[in-house]
Amino acid sequence: MNMKKTAQRDLFPGALEMMILRTLKRQPLHGYALVQHIKRSSNDLLQIEEGSLYPALQRLLKEELVEANWGISSTNRRVRIYKLTAAGAKRLESEVSSFERMLQGITQVLAPEKT
Amino acid sequence: MKWLNQLFSRRGQYDALGEEIQAHLDEKVEELVAGGMSREDANHAARREFGNPALTEEDGREVWRWASIEDFFTDIRHGWRRLLHNPVFTAVGLLTIAIGIGANAAVFSVVDSVLLRPLNYPHSEQLVSLHQVAPGAAGLADFENGLYLSASMYFTYAEHNQAFEAMGVWNSSVANITSMAEPEQVRALGVSDGVLQALAVPPEIGRWLSQEDQDPHGPQRVMLSDGYWRRHFGGDRSVIGRNLIVDSHSREIVGVMPPGFRVVNEDFDVIVTLGFDRAKLILAGFGLHGIARLKPGVTIAQANADVTRMLPIWMGSWSNGPGSDPHWYDRWQITPQLRPLKQEVVGNVSDVLWVVMGTLALVMLIACANVTNLLLVRVEARQQELAVRTALGAAWGRIVRGLLVESTMLGLLGGALGALLASAGVRFLVAIGPANLPRLQEISLDGRTLAFTLVLSVISGLLFGLIPALKYAGPRTSLELRSAGPNASVSKERHRARNLLVIGQVAMALVLLVSAGLMIRTFRALRTVEPGFTDAARLQLMRINIPESLVGEPEMVTRTQNAILDKLAAIPGVKSAGFVNAMPMEGFESGWDGIYAEDKNYAESESVPMRFFKYGSPGFLQTAGTRMVAGREITWNEIYGLRPVVMISENLAREMWGSPSAAIGKRVRQYDSMPWHEVVGVVQDVREHGVQDPAPEAVYWPPYAANIFGPGPVNTIRTMTFEIRSDRAGMEAFLNEVRQAVWSVNSNLPIASVRTMQDVYEKSLARTSFTLVMLGIAGAMALALGIVGIYGVISYTVSQRQREIGIRLALGAQRSDVLQMILRQGATMALIGVIIGMACAFALTRLMTNLLFGVTAHDPLTYAAVAALLLVVALLACYIPARRAMRVDPIVALRYE
Repeated sequence: MNMKKTAQRDLFPGALEMMILRTLKRQPLHGYALVQHIKRSSNDLLQIEEGSLYPALQRLLKEELVEANWGISSTNRRVRIYKLTAAGAKRLESEVSSFERMLQGITQVLAPEKT
Repeated sequence: MKWLNQLFSRRGQYDALGEEIQAHLDEKVEELVAGGMSREDANHAARREFGNPALTEEDGREVWRWASIEDFFTDIRHGWRRLLHNPVFTAVGLLTIAIGIGANAAVFSVVDSVLLRPLNYPHSEQLVSLHQVAPGAAGLADFENGLYLSASMYFTYAEHNQAFEAMGVWNSSVANITSMAEPEQVRALGVSDGVLQALAVPPEIGRWLSQEDQDPHGPQRVMLSDGYWRRHFGGDRSVIGRNLIVDSHSREIVGVMPPGFRVVNEDFDVIVTLGFDRAKLILAGFGLHGIARLKPGVTIAQANADVTRMLPIWMGSWSNGPGSDPHWYDRWQITPQLRPLKQEVVGNVSDVLWVVMGTLALVMLIACANVTNLLLVRVEARQQELAVRTALGAAWGRIVRGLLVESTMLGLLGGALGALLASAGVRFLVAIGPANLPRLQEISLDGRTLAFTLVLSVISGLLFGLIPALKYAGPRTSLELRSAGPNASVSKERHRARNLLVIGQVAMALVLLVSAGLMIRTFRALRTVEPGFTDAARLQLMRINIPESLVGEPEMVTRTQNAILDKLAAIPGVKSAGFVNAMPMEGFESGWDGIYAEDKNYAESESVPMRFFKYGSPGFLQTAGTRMVAGREITWNEIYGLRPVVMISENLAREMWGSPSAAIGKRVRQYDSMPWHEVVGVVQDVREHGVQDPAPEAVYWPPYAANIFGPGPVNTIRTMTFEIRSDRAGMEAFLNEVRQAVWSVNSNLPIASVRTMQDVYEKSLARTSFTLVMLGIAGAMALALGIVGIYGVISYTVSQRQREIGIRLALGAQRSDVLQMILRQGATMALIGVIIGMACAFALTRLMTNLLFGVTAHDPLTYAAVAALLLVVALLACYIPARRAMRVDPIVALRYE
């Protein structure tokens, strides 16, 4: 897959997908709402281009980790609402746990300097 | 089929994505406007936040693509379109490839059927032919078939071997079947127990002949071929148990062999048992083919050792009669040289086939070179397009792939056409193939040949695509963008690839033409050899057998044969007639043995060289056109009077007494108890085994005599070839009269092998003429392709250099200078090609030494003639474009700018 364009310079590959899955786990959302949610919950710390969300969503769709259905947004627009599939939930779990292991590793390496 | 589903639903996905992105932007704008921003600013802000929607959409789409596969299909679509847009180029290219591939596929199918595929027997790799050589038995030693087995050898080998699962001996002959409506002469195989068991092909119905049928005093049995069974019994299964009168003996039918079954190379109508009477066997009588199936794991070397071990057992168990020394054969140095049965079947034809295959591979290379040249020209025409694409960021690999896909398509399409040509070609090959080409009926265009064709197509497609691809799709292409205007002068360097290809073509064409030339010289040399008979087309042959059931007494047999001769001679238009046990090159083997001269001293039991024995009627030499060198032919009076007279060949006379005339009156005999026979005539040497083989030293005995077939009473030969000298030879009306003449003597006489001596002669030349035709075709193809190659390159150069030539002319160059300049370019290429080709031919033609006769592989005349031919033809090919160059109008050429 073409990673160099979708992955932002301050995100590691797959981070965006992980955040989308995590967000969709709480509730099904359409694209715009998804972006807004991720931006808000990261307190705008993560600089992501809104557009980069869509190729990521396409990848998840293709791997059948999410599914999309047409619906009506709160602003009364025809939008596609994304929902986590069972496979998506499973993937999220494994991604999160491997991310946590990675984070733990990084933390341990960084820790001595702090003490 | 999830991926398939996605593949087809993705257009919907793309639309959805577009709509979704629009909705996203709309929502954002609305939110910003609601926050108090102007609609215009909101629009800008939304876009800024979002990034490039088009790019996003594209990235989103990319997710759904199988990039490599889809690009591949795009390449195919584009390639297809380009092929369709250049019908002339495509047609020429396709035709060239189709001819090359078709010829190769056709010959491959022959090579595959004859040489590569295993024989049609179960586990045929275990089958061996019991080939033996006997260097001590001169005359037999250099003979292609080595030393055949004797019946006593069979019993020894069958009973004492440790290496064979089954072994047996067989021979082929003709038999008369008289229980049918008409007496018929059929092809018969005599087999011992073990032959069918070794070949292990189960019978279609009934059972094999085996041990129990072998007793000469027991009930006699016969097996039928599928063809004979269907022809005469309509495939009736109840035929088992019925009786057939074979050579006057009633034989019970026990089985039918399946269609296509042959013993080694031998086709047959019936199989009978060789009923050896064990009590009467002696050591000698070497006339049987041996065949065996090796036990699993036993190698040929081990089997050879096993036979070597059994030879003393054989000599210890049998004798050649009281008082003879059984170990006399030690001097023969009999050595087993078992060989795979396949080698026996295929014989020396493999030389021919490999040479032909190699030749056509060269033609294929030449064809590829031509197509490569075409492609080079085309890619050159597309150079600007390619440069633009590269400049716009197309990956180098992608362009190369596009070119390769196109050329491979050309290769595959050409291959498909070639397969069609090949199926016609195979029929042609089988038709012109030498009649003695083994396994002829097995030749067919099958899956293996098609696979070969496919591989060849792909490889050649890649091959001729690769050179233009590498040359023009290189990273430096972008530089060409500026200079590659349509009428820019072309540097020499740009032509190098094409020139090299043309040089290669000329070189390969030279190799092929030299091979063809050598074959022509061989053929001519063979034609000029005096075979020992004249005017073969006017010599009618037929074989007549007089079975014991018709005529019992030997003398009566000869008198019957004599009566037939008289009747034949009385037919209008017949000049003379005669009979002999076998005509030269006919393939019926006469015997070999040594003779002793009265005036020479021989050490006790000294072995003498083997001589070729023939038995003929008075007048048979004169009828055939064989000259008497000295003395005279044997007369009927001498034959009926049992006078001990004999004729010998010129080479034998020279060997024994120095000159033909010195031999007259000398006396010879075959063995001690035989009366001395006086040499009354010396006969011109006859090429008995084909024009290529030297004439054997021959002894001509009377056809009816005492003691001529070993010790014993008066005897004769019952199957003779009758020869009739007539201008009407071969005509149906004449043959009818001949048959009537024969049947007027005895209406039950079967007639077989009716043909003219010319047929026999042609057949003996078949291998050479087949090779000649194949190499001739290949050479002609190579020459034609080479001409096209040179012509194409020169005329392309001329069209590219038009402006330059125009300038030259405008500056005052003579038109003849221009002509010379172009011709010189062509001549240089041709000359270099010829020189390289000479070197290659010099090295390669050594491979065909076996096929040559009367000419060396390095025959200077052939080389010089072919080189001259190629140079002249090359110059002619250059002349047409060169004339065009001469006529270039400077004004027009310069206005072009």
